[in-house]
Amino acid sequence: MKISRRQLLILLPAAAVAWESVMAGTPEDASNYKLTDHWWGMLIDIPKCIGCGNCVRACQTENDVPDGFFRTWVERYHVSDENMTEPEVISPDGGKEGFPVAQQDDKKYFFVPKLCNHCADSPCTQVCPVGATFISPDGVVLVDQKYCLGCAYCVQACPYGCRYIHPKKEVADKCTLCYHRITKGLTTACCEACPTGARQLADLKNPNDPIHAFLKTHSVQVLKPQMATGAKAFYNDLDGSVR
Amino acid sequence: MSVFKDAGHLFRFAGLFVLAFLIFLVVRHYVVPKSFGQYGHYRGAAMGEIAAHPVKFAGHETCETCHSDVADKKKAGKHAHVNCEACHGALAQRMPAPAAPPANLYDRLLTFAGLKLPPDPPILLHADDPSTVKPVLPDTAVLCVRCHTASAAKPKGFPQIDPANHYPGPPCGSCHQPHNPGMDAGGVK
Repeated sequence: MKISRRQLLILLPAAAVAWESVMAGTPEDASNYKLTDHWWGMLIDIPKCIGCGNCVRACQTENDVPDGFFRTWVERYHVSDENMTEPEVISPDGGKEGFPVAQQDDKKYFFVPKLCNHCADSPCTQVCPVGATFISPDGVVLVDQKYCLGCAYCVQACPYGCRYIHPKKEVADKCTLCYHRITKGLTTACCEACPTGARQLADLKNPNDPIHAFLKTHSVQVLKPQMATGAKAFYNDLDGSVR
Repeated sequence: MSVFKDAGHLFRFAGLFVLAFLIFLVVRHYVVPKSFGQYGHYRGAAMGEIAAHPVKFAGHETCETCHSDVADKKKAGKHAHVNCEACHGALAQRMPAPAAPPANLYDRLLTFAGLKLPPDPPILLHADDPSTVKPVLPDTAVLCVRCHTASAAKPKGFPQIDPANHYPGPPCGSCHQPHNPGMDAGGVK
């Protein structure tokens, strides 16, 4: 085959581009997961939560969360009808082993599971000085632990108290919405372990996700809406006393 | 050229600037990770690293590929929506991916300084090797009361018992079949 100088000049860059694609990875390594096809959040159905602590234990197992630190936890509210602004809130060891038995009185009780709200306009990512924490294109707030300095600005900035400094790694740590699971088509560990379906992973970009029907037919709220964080942890039947 | 007469010191100074800029570009090339800025002001490769964390809860779909009989039994009862690992615990823990060679100068420096964290030790569980690793059967006396102990804080419609008065002594499994706990479901497995 005879190639002219003109053809060679055209072919060489084309070959270079093709070789770069080959070196980028083999097709077997390519994931079917497309970042732009998803926008993740979570639905928390408060009337279904029984405070068993399964979610907290599952999260600690799945994500190697050290004892005494929590990526998710459960709070029990005890609220009187006269003083809604000062509810009695307990969360012994994050609710990991459940809660003490409550006796019926004239106040109301309910459980509130909490986790990172994976805010679309998250204050924690805005304060990071090195670009170590970010919102992924599929809507999950993540920490690049190789880049994190451990300055804890983000820990202070989170209005929901969802971050901590990992005691051994000495970098910021938080809920990843089980990113290693949802990118493989699995649900989060807390949703998998919840016995009552009080937690449901939601993909807001998926038109067939049941979250859309649920949001249309229920009274759903986010925590601290006045902070305008674009929180994506949606709470069904959220009481006004929850902080 | 008379314009540049006695301007040699300026050229030397400009040359120094150009040299410093080139050094900056070379250092930046090695220090800034390749994927930084790929999606935004962060390292794009971090998402892949976070996604590489080993999965420990196999998911009920995995369990049901072998245990379809249990899945059918559950579907007929009140525990239809309780996933397997809600009671049996995490049943998968894959081998962590082999350590990749340090990708950039930053990683190499960290490794050299001994600051890189060692990978988690692998633990194989039932879903990884069902034939050899048998899961521990949960103790119904501990497990059931965790959800079903009566408390005023729980939703009113949720089935609750007082463990001290609800047939104390025999474990729950003596009367209730955990996969279909209704009394009409036949009691013990």
